[in-house]
Amino acid sequence: MIFNKKKKAVIPASFESRRDYDGPVLDIQNLRVIYKTDLETVEAINGIDLQIGRGKTFGLVGETGAGKTTTALSILRLLPSITGKILDGKILFNGENLLELSEPQMQAIRGNLISMVFQDPMSALNPVYTVDDQIGEAIRLHNPDYTGEEVENRVDEMLRLVGISPARKSEYPHQFSGGMKQRVVIAMALCCEPELLIADEPTTALDVTIQAQVLAMIRELRDRLGTAMLMITHDLGIVAQTCDDVGVMYAGEIVEAGTAEDVFLGSEHHPYTVGLFDSIPNLTSRAPRLKPIPGLMPDPTALPEGCVFAERCARCMDICRKEHPRVYQNGTHRICCHLYDAGVHEKAQQKEGGAPHGQS
Amino acid sequence: MDNHEKKTPLLQTVELQKYFKLRGGSYLHAVDGINLTLNAGETLGVVGESGCGKSTLGRTILKLIQPTGGQILYDGKDITKYSNRQMHPLRREMQIIFQDPYSSIDPRKSVIEVIAEYMIIHKTYRNKNDAFKRAAELMDLVGLARRYTNSYPHELDGGRRQRIGIARALSLNPRFIVCDEPVSALDVSIQAQILNLLMDLQDRLDLAYMFVTHDLSVVKHISDSIMVMYLGRCVELAPSDELFLNPMHPYTKALLASIPEPDLERSRSKKLEIIRGEVTSPIDPKPGCRFAARCEYCTQRCSGSNPEFVETAPGHFVSCFLVNDK
Repeated sequence: MIFNKKKKAVIPASFESRRDYDGPVLDIQNLRVIYKTDLETVEAINGIDLQIGRGKTFGLVGETGAGKTTTALSILRLLPSITGKILDGKILFNGENLLELSEPQMQAIRGNLISMVFQDPMSALNPVYTVDDQIGEAIRLHNPDYTGEEVENRVDEMLRLVGISPARKSEYPHQFSGGMKQRVVIAMALCCEPELLIADEPTTALDVTIQAQVLAMIRELRDRLGTAMLMITHDLGIVAQTCDDVGVMYAGEIVEAGTAEDVFLGSEHHPYTVGLFDSIPNLTSRAPRLKPIPGLMPDPTALPEGCVFAERCARCMDICRKEHPRVYQNGTHRICCHLYDAGVHEKAQQKEGGAPHGQS
Repeated sequence: MDNHEKKTPLLQTVELQKYFKLRGGSYLHAVDGINLTLNAGETLGVVGESGCGKSTLGRTILKLIQPTGGQILYDGKDITKYSNRQMHPLRREMQIIFQDPYSSIDPRKSVIEVIAEYMIIHKTYRNKNDAFKRAAELMDLVGLARRYTNSYPHELDGGRRQRIGIARALSLNPRFIVCDEPVSALDVSIQAQILNLLMDLQDRLDLAYMFVTHDLSVVKHISDSIMVMYLGRCVELAPSDELFLNPMHPYTKALLASIPEPDLERSRSKKLEIIRGEVTSPIDPKPGCRFAARCEYCTQRCSGSNPEFVETAPGHFVSCFLVNDK
């Protein structure tokens, strides 16, 4: 038995009454997170807003260091306790602010109502426990009244769900391949039928053919169980395949958000999104050169005044270096850029002409 | 491409094999009978999943690993049996860029020392100062600002470190470079910068690349021809555009179908074709097609004997019974 049986996890009573809450499953409002050490303060997340509807999948895209994983860890309140600090904002889960809950209450929620699939299945599993021990842990913890047999049955059911023969349940993680390990991790995450699943780069460590298998499985399970999902990835292809809504993250901010249609097919985009699309080699047509975004992401310990992308932006204006842009909203599509600020926009058009080109 | 055909290819391998001996006397067939040809100034992409032997192939060609069988011809000379001493002058012409820009650079050397190291080893300059001068020029060539001259690798990010690796590989004026997943550790926007740099350098210096990667979109972008590997064997070899337009081998088809495309309409309408199963073990593999266990068109013959490597269209080779019969 891995966990201490005496500790009994209790879901706050208010959560039970919110089972049929009809607002968004997750509603993050103006979240700000820093990592503070003696030497420096890293501004990891700077005021993001994000909503995930019931049964919907939200794709959070961005490059290394954009703050994607920090967002996920903040939701589960798993930030490193000494350095990580949530400065401001609300994380509403079914309308309840997670930031106000006690640690035992959070423990009852983690793995039960909200669970997470980690990037690297090799390090997410404990090498010295068998697979059924590890899947069973979450089941036993959140269902203390289950008998041993019930737990075993549930483990078998979960393994079959992710396409592993229950005959292999008493094997250790090293006996499974990378794709199989990720399936085990997904089985662990889904065994309590969470309302929200956070998948942090679930297929980055896998080969393309295995990635296709795992993604198809995630989609199928999501549709069958009606789980809402936060899909964190750097791969726009995965977003196109799996997500209903998309947020593009850059230097701790969501610079563009909207439905997948808005972000992939819309006519207006944040210059960073345009750059991101242009950086990917296209499979269908062959351009002689890629159009990379020049430069690097700003140092999160010394973020620039004004727009965080100004330094690398081809359409940077004077105001971008001075003033932080406001959010420009068009239906469901939100872009955080001065280009779309009514007053500034006219001036910009006179100077540069035309709207930004969409990706092809 | 056409005017090169009559010349001796820069690099050629004939039935190249590399087996690793394991405890208990079994052999891991990492590279099993690879035939490839690469002309000066061209790029050969080598794609495959992890464990298919693509990196081993790159290293065997450079003789960093001694091949088990077959031949490596460089510029018409058979270098298969060359000793390290004989290889030494050739190393100037054959270089490698490694996958991981963090572990492939000596952390205790400054940027300029790392870049100049090979020139000092190969004594291409009479004194250190000249080598450093050349190293500084190389920094300009790969787009590293001179202010990093005396920085140490840990002060730089992944993209800049990869540029150090590229500058170092170029320092001896090579003609052939094995690029072993040079962009897979980098973010897309940085990846695009490095890919452009590699292509510019190729145009300017007439380099031949063997570009080893698992990323099909990258390989399509940079390669003249592409070789698809599966468990140590080459299953399909074709000019880049041809391979994407007209894939013949079931594995190539499955591989192409597995890539998630960043295009909403295409990815929503595309029928997902998933190949079942996982790569089988490369340890003492059974005779027959290596892909047979996962192939949906597998017949009895596929697990009996090896399919021949047949040219179906000019420059397009496939190793599959299904295609060969047509």
